[in-house]
Amino acid sequence: MDFLPTLWFILIAVLWVGYLFLEGFDLGVGMLMKTFARDEKERRVLLNTVGPVWDGNEVWLLTAGGATFAAFPFWYASLFSALYLPLVFVLLALIFRAVAFEYRGKVHSDTWRKVWDWAIALGSLVAAFGIGAMLALTTTGLPLNANGDRVGGPFAWFSWYAVLGGLAVVGFALIHAAAFVALKTDGDIRHRARRLVGRWMPVGLLPLALWAILVALQHGKWFSWILIAVAVVAAVTSWLANRSDREGWSFLAMGVFLLSGAAAIFSAVYPVVLPSTLDPLWNLTVENASSSSYTLGLMSIVAAVGVPLVLAYQAWTYWVFRQRISVDSLPAPVDFAAAVGAKEKVEAMGGKA
Amino acid sequence: MWFCNFTDEGKLVDALDIARWQFGIVTVYHFLMVPLTIGLGTLVAILQTRWHQTGKEEYLRMTKFWGKLFLINFIMGVATGIVQEFQFGMAWSEYSRFVGDVFGAPLAMEALLAFFVESTFLGLWIFGWKKLPAKVHLACLWIAVAGSIVSAYFILVANSWMQHPVGVEMINGRPQMVDAWAVFTNNTAIVAFFHTITGALAVAGGFLLGIAWYQLWRRRKDGIDTVDATGKVIVGESATIPGRDKKDHAVWIKSLRIGAVVAMIAFAGTTISGDVQAKLMFEQQPMKMAAAEAACHDGTGFSILSIGDVGSRDCSDVVAVMEIPGLLSFLASGDFTTEVRGVNTLVPEYQERFGTHLSDDPMYGSRAGQEINYVPIMAVTYWGFRMMIGFGGLAAMAAGVALWLTRKGTVPRSKGLMRLALIGILAPFGANAAGWIFTEMGRQPFVVAPNPAMSGIDQVFMFTASAVSPGVSAGEMIFSLVALTSVYAVLLVVEVKLLTKYVRGGVVSAMPELDQTQPRKDDGGTSPGGEGDDDVLAFAY
Repeated sequence: MDFLPTLWFILIAVLWVGYLFLEGFDLGVGMLMKTFARDEKERRVLLNTVGPVWDGNEVWLLTAGGATFAAFPFWYASLFSALYLPLVFVLLALIFRAVAFEYRGKVHSDTWRKVWDWAIALGSLVAAFGIGAMLALTTTGLPLNANGDRVGGPFAWFSWYAVLGGLAVVGFALIHAAAFVALKTDGDIRHRARRLVGRWMPVGLLPLALWAILVALQHGKWFSWILIAVAVVAAVTSWLANRSDREGWSFLAMGVFLLSGAAAIFSAVYPVVLPSTLDPLWNLTVENASSSSYTLGLMSIVAAVGVPLVLAYQAWTYWVFRQRISVDSLPAPVDFAAAVGAKEKVEAMGGKA
Repeated sequence: MWFCNFTDEGKLVDALDIARWQFGIVTVYHFLMVPLTIGLGTLVAILQTRWHQTGKEEYLRMTKFWGKLFLINFIMGVATGIVQEFQFGMAWSEYSRFVGDVFGAPLAMEALLAFFVESTFLGLWIFGWKKLPAKVHLACLWIAVAGSIVSAYFILVANSWMQHPVGVEMINGRPQMVDAWAVFTNNTAIVAFFHTITGALAVAGGFLLGIAWYQLWRRRKDGIDTVDATGKVIVGESATIPGRDKKDHAVWIKSLRIGAVVAMIAFAGTTISGDVQAKLMFEQQPMKMAAAEAACHDGTGFSILSIGDVGSRDCSDVVAVMEIPGLLSFLASGDFTTEVRGVNTLVPEYQERFGTHLSDDPMYGSRAGQEINYVPIMAVTYWGFRMMIGFGGLAAMAAGVALWLTRKGTVPRSKGLMRLALIGILAPFGANAAGWIFTEMGRQPFVVAPNPAMSGIDQVFMFTASAVSPGVSAGEMIFSLVALTSVYAVLLVVEVKLLTKYVRGGVVSAMPELDQTQPRKDDGGTSPGGEGDDDVLAFAY
């Protein structure tokens, strides 16, 4: 067992878990914009719960991608090129979603906001599904040849595992987001979010549990089942905590569910990082896909400094914005463009106030 | 599937060409937003600092107004930056495999050490007005801006390694990093960093100048500001238009002057760093230097105008009409007599070292065995080089003229000049784009240009023809090219419209509290401003 490649495999798994834990709820909040929020005020409350943090959360995705490139270039190259089309959709979804967050409130018009609401909701859904599918396929395999290139055409990656992985992340994100909203808001919206968690948690978390179990059945190690058991206990704990109005514990327990579920999945396939469904000889492993130990050593030093720093200042951000928000604390939407004169003012307001 | 018909074997289209167009389009597009983010971010941080130091309200207004435009632009840079991180693996998997050991590290460091900082602290800045102690709030902006500058450094380290590969040894056919210090202090990267940052400041300077000019012109048109017999401004106030008070004039005249001075200093910075870059290029990528000049024969003169088909990729039809003797030598080596090698001399040298034909290796796909053309497309390099310098110089000269014209405190009433000032905003953007197109196209046919100082088994280079993803079909590439390009086009329209809207709105668009007719709060429960607001989060969305 090579120490550094294994360390980096673990670190990349941690980055993905960090991404799913943090962006998980803001992707979910994005989806809730169209399904859960009842009116404009509630939509604004939802947006502002993730407002200060969503961009920082998304960097976990870029770091996971960049770290994979640096530590396992062969894994990065094979996975990303094999999933070319689905990743194009993920990118488009993330682009629309990011722009929508920032631009939605910048024009005072119902039509404008409605368009961007759809961009946020669909963008979040497609991104969550696509990332889930990608992560599932890197654990269950792709039709790769000896060079690590996909064979069989643009859709050769498709398998039911991809769908399962997609549903797993979408389901988790939705429940996680509801728990987050229950934790971060007050008033009616808080209570409805809590009811949503109570009612839908079993359905929402099932695909992720199923994915972990399927991977464990195929490649499982002795501890895979322990991790899965921990995940199930965490989910039950989260549900019970939610029932007894302990939103913080419910949210954290859901994080434990994610962490142990993901640990079960990633550890089961280790040392393989990306199996080839055509020939096990062509599997990408921590050994044959990794960078040199010089590069891994350099990156380890950087990560040892960088990761704790990121955790510290991101934790501080959450502390700064720890207060609950509610529809009552909303300021009125801003009508700017007043300086352009009376005629243009009406125009700039986009008709209705 | 309809697009499965476009196979490489079918020769209808070539995945490599599409992948290159895609890379060019998404990267140049991304780099419309990046310089404005870096430059404007720096200026907003300076303005907020000035506000803290002087307590003058016009600096707060400037911070809020330019900060708003900064954010509208920033998010587009973020959104299009994700594509950058993914596309190496998606479209350029062979490249990623070949260079991953050395190229991935700066990218990962960019995300971990810079982009995290930038995104997190900018979120704190946006939502932290009144929430954070004033000094901490200001520090958050400075940290975010520092993050964006460090981010540029890491990306330029990665790019410069493609221009000038250092710090590696070839092991098992791949370059492996053996000297991180050499990679991260690559002279190409250090100079490119200064060139890029000064280029970014030039963009921001022009942006301030153009928009502030428009606002001052508006105040004159609306009859708020007038001039006395000597042409000196008499600042007025509008009773009807919100926000058009005397401080509003101070906001725009200061913005204009800061913008103009920054644009001029930044251009001087790009000239100095660009000069060093040219000398490095002369050593490291002589063909790029020759192609920048469409210089076929060895010589010393800088071409003012070359006619004939500079777009041809051989030298049979290029005639230099006008040259400044000695200038090219000065650019390349600092004296007036050193002969700069031309294309005709360089091609045989390259052929001798790297072969005349691509090998039959399957990694070249249908291009295996093709003849290699070592001359970049000279129409692009020749004109790209001149557009970069031309646009940059024009913007700096215009900034000087603007300073002179506004010496008495406002702008002339001419609508034409106002339009010119607004259009002038585009010039530094053009210079940046042209510079990048020049330096990337000038590196062809290599994706990793050979380092002339290395030879024999150490020789590190990669042809672009072997960099593309072998498993990805041309159809997939066409799909993504069309999808990304059309989405980018729509979003550019949206961004420009939104910027225009806020620019027309003036300071009030970023500070609605200046408009007394606006509602304060839905419920009116808490006192406006002051301590009441500290109880709730800042709602920015």
